[in-house]
Amino acid sequence: MNGWNFQELHETPSQTGGPYVHIGLLPKQAGIETFDYNFNNDLLKNNPEGQHIRLEGQVFDGLGLPLRDVLLEIWQADANGVYPSDADFQEKQEDENFQGWGRAGADFKTGIWHFNTIKPGAVPGRKGSTQAPHINLIIFARGINLGLNTRVYFEDEAEANAKDPILNGIEWVPRRQTLIAKRSEENGEIVYRFDIYIQGDKETVFFDI
Amino acid sequence: MSKIIWGAYAQRNTEDHPPAYTEGYKTSVLRSPKNALIAIGETISEVTSPRFSAEQFGPKDNDLILNSATDGLPIGERIIVHGYVRDQFGRPVKNALLEVWQANASGRYRHPNDQFIGSLDPNFGGCGRMMTDENGFYIFRTIKPGPYPWRNRINEWRPAHIHFSLLADGWAQRLISQFYFEGDPLIDSCPIIKTIPSEDQRRALIAIEDKSNFIEADSRCYRFDITLRGRRKTYFENELV
Repeated sequence: MNGWNFQELHETPSQTGGPYVHIGLLPKQAGIETFDYNFNNDLLKNNPEGQHIRLEGQVFDGLGLPLRDVLLEIWQADANGVYPSDADFQEKQEDENFQGWGRAGADFKTGIWHFNTIKPGAVPGRKGSTQAPHINLIIFARGINLGLNTRVYFEDEAEANAKDPILNGIEWVPRRQTLIAKRSEENGEIVYRFDIYIQGDKETVFFDI
Repeated sequence: MSKIIWGAYAQRNTEDHPPAYTEGYKTSVLRSPKNALIAIGETISEVTSPRFSAEQFGPKDNDLILNSATDGLPIGERIIVHGYVRDQFGRPVKNALLEVWQANASGRYRHPNDQFIGSLDPNFGGCGRMMTDENGFYIFRTIKPGPYPWRNRINEWRPAHIHFSLLADGWAQRLISQFYFEGDPLIDSCPIIKTIPSEDQRRALIAIEDKSNFIEADSRCYRFDITLRGRRKTYFENELV
């Protein structure tokens, strides 16, 4: 005892989501029809403003094999760079048709996951800076003890990416490329491919946020 | 004092959590980064988080005893689980989305990849969800899950546990974990629990029998509180803007 009785609490420790994470977070993918309203990977359902995009990819382990049991969530700003959150401190009107959040499971056979969403606008950084458009992404799975946080940037925003304070904070310059999604067009649809390498030579940058 | 200006979330104490690479839990070996995580100064992206509203949810979403029942009640021990969600500074976490999932009384999951011989229960699904109230309180009702075997070492058994997920006020608070039940002898031998470095933190995942809240001739009760990261207040320069 030091006579100082202030006691801060410790954050509840993380544990893996396990192989059956879908039961609770994507019950339809596990074949469970318990809920009327289900969360999913479609952020376009209320027809928000902005350019429609498809974000897709796979998550690979240290042997280069896709994780077929991984669960991903994204969190992003609307087309004008406003987060639909009470904690957004910009005094700007948010798009009321955009929740900014979605959840996807990789396909049990191929390991491919995707989100239908909009390309986000730029958001403010610290101390008056501006961040390049990005999507915050977290992955949970069997074998992952604490959710891994990363960010998705866009290959066609090279100028903004070059000034982005978070990308520029990555001291190992070649690793910055692991956060840039590749653009293509498929049947008129704009697709950004973002593959995540958990471990090895091409390892994706993960953040302690 | 004028209006509160919130700063960043307090740094995550990595010693309070499992490291990524934990060889006793074998799947982590090829699913853990080799590089150290890169720490960043939080921005608006990390301190914001989506809103959910209770109206999106059905009346039985937090009642796992009834929410998948078809021709009768599920078999097993009837329990209520309740508690409070607060941040590390002791403030209640309001309107957080708490989602839970679990095996049935046999230790069998309703999932296409679970082939354990323990039987499925046609009246039990195993998922539920709820929002915390103004006091950070949550409550749900379920069947106590059974332990189940898994292939880590060949004769590995998980203690009875319920998985849970929280989405609260800031993306930085995003958390998935599992809680266990007081007195379960399997807790001491579980390699997944042992990934947590400290005894105190392992104990923080054990729900406590709450005897005075048992309901006579109906259900027993467990108490389990959850702590999330908290934000500091800003009294001088605000670097978030």
